[in-house]
Amino acid sequence: MIELRNISKSFAGRQILDDVSVLFEKGKTNLVIGGSGSGKTVLMKCMVGLLEPDHGHIFYDRRDFSGMDLDERKPIRKEIGMVFQGGALFDSMTVEENVMFPLSMFTSMSIAEKRERVTFCLQRVSLNNVNNLSTSELSGGMKKRVAIARAIALNPRYLFCDEPNSGLDPQTAIVIDNLIREITEEFNITTVINTHDMNSVMELGYKVLFLYKGKKWWEGDAEGIFRTDNKDLNEFVFASKLLRGMKK
Amino acid sequence: MKLFYHIGRYALFVRRLFSRPEKPSLYRAEVLREMNSIGIGSLGIVSIISVFIGAVITIQSAYNLTNPFIPIYAVAVITRDSIILEFSPTIICLVLAGKVGSSIASELGTMKVTEQIDALEIMGINSASYLVLPKIIAAVLIIPFVTMVSMFLGILGGWIGGTSSGVITSHDFVRGLLDSFVPFNITFALIKTITFAFAITSVSAYHGYYTSGGALEVGKTSTRAVVYSSTVILILDYLLTQLFLS
Repeated sequence: MIELRNISKSFAGRQILDDVSVLFEKGKTNLVIGGSGSGKTVLMKCMVGLLEPDHGHIFYDRRDFSGMDLDERKPIRKEIGMVFQGGALFDSMTVEENVMFPLSMFTSMSIAEKRERVTFCLQRVSLNNVNNLSTSELSGGMKKRVAIARAIALNPRYLFCDEPNSGLDPQTAIVIDNLIREITEEFNITTVINTHDMNSVMELGYKVLFLYKGKKWWEGDAEGIFRTDNKDLNEFVFASKLLRGMKK
Repeated sequence: MKLFYHIGRYALFVRRLFSRPEKPSLYRAEVLREMNSIGIGSLGIVSIISVFIGAVITIQSAYNLTNPFIPIYAVAVITRDSIILEFSPTIICLVLAGKVGSSIASELGTMKVTEQIDALEIMGINSASYLVLPKIIAAVLIIPFVTMVSMFLGILGGWIGGTSSGVITSHDFVRGLLDSFVPFNITFALIKTITFAFAITSVSAYHGYYTSGGALEVGKTSTRAVVYSSTVILILDYLLTQLFLS
């Protein structure tokens, strides 16, 4: 469970996040949606500690992350897995080395045990016989899957995904969505996903937080989106003719 | 004001580098890899430059020594001291600032803009220390070796250039090399080299690590890293020469 209380953040006097409070539940896929510049990425960076909020608190299972120094945060950071928009795989390493990296860094597993864990994680994301490929040989969808495999290598309690479907074709996007949901439920992880892909919202939206101009503008579930009369949310979600037709 | 901002941020960056490593065995492997990349990978260019500059210094020294009261073996003395005191430690480090410095800055810059550094930070790894400290240790260990090779090849180039062009005999050249030789000059050259090696890697890494933007910024960062590390080398060269030789 991750709880945000009154998170605010500004850059050079420009308010990016304004008093955002929300509770992300364990074992569920929690989505943060909003247009470009609405503050989604800044919120996620605050949550994982890449940015410090100006005000407010972030609690990981009641542990006040924002009140900790770098050393105190280390145990929590080891419980966090993150899938970046571009994958953020290490160029200088093969697929196997990428997934093995957190294991080499934080465990005392033998090489054989690490290989076994890597194979398990790669198979979990439906990748076989790719261990020795370099990251430049992978397609966009494969990169995302390797990034997920790396993120789950250490059995994280919290999984963050920043635009996991950007740049993917619709079929691959659905595969990635399903994979994230399955992993979340299977390993009982608190998952937070930044997206503006409406298919993902419908597929994964157990809890949806809509950010508008840095403020929490709406909170609910995927089905609630169809019923809400929130004008800004409707304009954002039902921007396309297809979705407007669906709503009608 | 911006200069003070960068000096302060650089000092904090260097302090972060020397925190306790997460897993020393991984650092050791990285140090060996970097030693190969920084040192062995630079030997080719360093060898070519050293041999030719050594030859040119000898011929130009002979060309300028027209006074009949100065013995011809003085050409070798000038060649030896120029190479040991200035060419091998300073000019070769300026070459390495271009080759190694730009490579470090662009590698880290690319990692920054593709969020690989953020990925390390989120895992709870001190990314500055993990990525940069092995490069600094490798450079401080291997660049003095490269400098020694450059000294040998520079003097060899001077001997080949001088004897083959007929400006000095082999006997006079060897006599000049041995005449009033000061062993401390080698120590001084190595002190300079170690200082420059630290400057090249840390200044370039600082620029790469704090890259923001996209591919265009990575290119600019790489250029900036070379300019700043070269400038720092020249300033340190002056300060160390004042300190040890004046």
